[in-house]
Amino acid sequence: MKILSLNFLTCAVKACKSSSASYPLHPKDAELVQDDIELNPQLLVNLMPRIDWSALSTTATELGFPALPAQPPTPEELEADEQKLKDLHNLLMQTQIMEGKLVCGNCGHEYAVREGIANFLLPSHLV
Amino acid sequence: MSRITTAASAASAAGISQPQEQPALNKAALAAAPESYEQTHVHNVYESIASHFSSTRYKPWPVIASFLSALPPGSVGLDVGCGNGKYLAVNPNVFILGSDRSANLVRIARDHSGERRCEVAVADGLSLPYREGSVDFAICVAVIHHMSTRDRRREAVGTLLGSVVEGGRGKVLVYVWALEQGNSRRGWDARSDQDQLVPWVMKAKQGGVDGPGNAETTYQRYYHLYRKGELEEDVLAVGGRVVESGYDRDNWWVVASRA
Ligand SMILES: [Zn+2]
Repeated sequence: MKILSLNFLTCAVKACKSSSASYPLHPKDAELVQDDIELNPQLLVNLMPRIDWSALSTTATELGFPALPAQPPTPEELEADEQKLKDLHNLLMQTQIMEGKLVCGNCGHEYAVREGIANFLLPSHLV
Repeated sequence: MSRITTAASAASAAGISQPQEQPALNKAALAAAPESYEQTHVHNVYESIASHFSSTRYKPWPVIASFLSALPPGSVGLDVGCGNGKYLAVNPNVFILGSDRSANLVRIARDHSGERRCEVAVADGLSLPYREGSVDFAICVAVIHHMSTRDRRREAVGTLLGSVVEGGRGKVLVYVWALEQGNSRRGWDARSDQDQLVPWVMKAKQGGVDGPGNAETTYQRYYHLYRKGELEEDVLAVGGRVVESGYDRDNWWVVASRA
């Protein structure tokens, strides 16, 4: 699963949705791979308004990436600076979590990631 | 692999030909424990038939394909109950997170348009792992008719609506099987029972050339068939707004947004 996906994922437990501690989920024992994916500048620039930048910064730091700038890049900055665009593409689109866990900071539940697929089915006592 | 063997498959195994007897839907069992009923008559079935099912589901339906193609580049959305992932790559300029209750289908969907090209997770439609109000759109095709009570079907619609951005911009597209399908081989019409078990017959080549022939296993899937107007009622009941709705080849569909 791509790092971009993590920006939209939270705990599947209903009681956790209202807690700010449940987002973003925290990667644990994550094994990463870098895929080679064609850069789609329009897609990347246009989806920036949907990105929660502070959650992305947390995720990047937790996965050992260099700290992100405090503010998200503007569309103009991305269009003017190809390296910025490439760095973002590398982080969001090309980096995948293949194995590991995603942990909810509120309830502590751990969701397994295997072969790039996270499993959010809950045990019956958490549904 | 779990198998739901029925009277019909026993009959076919014994070489008795059509018509097969269709088991009755046990409404008491359904009402008493809808979740375990769906586990048996929906989730276990899809897990067992995943690859056979996928091989018969490769063509995107035009209404859904045009909904996806009309999205602005950079839109982010969900495909809840993505099955084999046939809608995940229709529009390469949008980002879609697919999910399905069946881990076997999710694995197929992940590699739908090349190795690990699609973003997918295993999740339940009533306990989705997405942050609320975060995406531009959600599609949910041939999923909610597998939920066995109206409360659960409405909750599913409400969960989809809750996942898209507030205001009129977030759009949800839902497709369900129609009760009124007079021209289909099933022969249901407005007077038929809305709750049905629908057989899925899987032929498994067994025993080689000299073996007993092609064994068949019949799986029974639960469906709630929607009557005209029912899907729109469910959208309104959970506070949504109907943007557009219609009938397309034995299905009712609706595009809804948050009110
Ligand atoms: Zn939680």
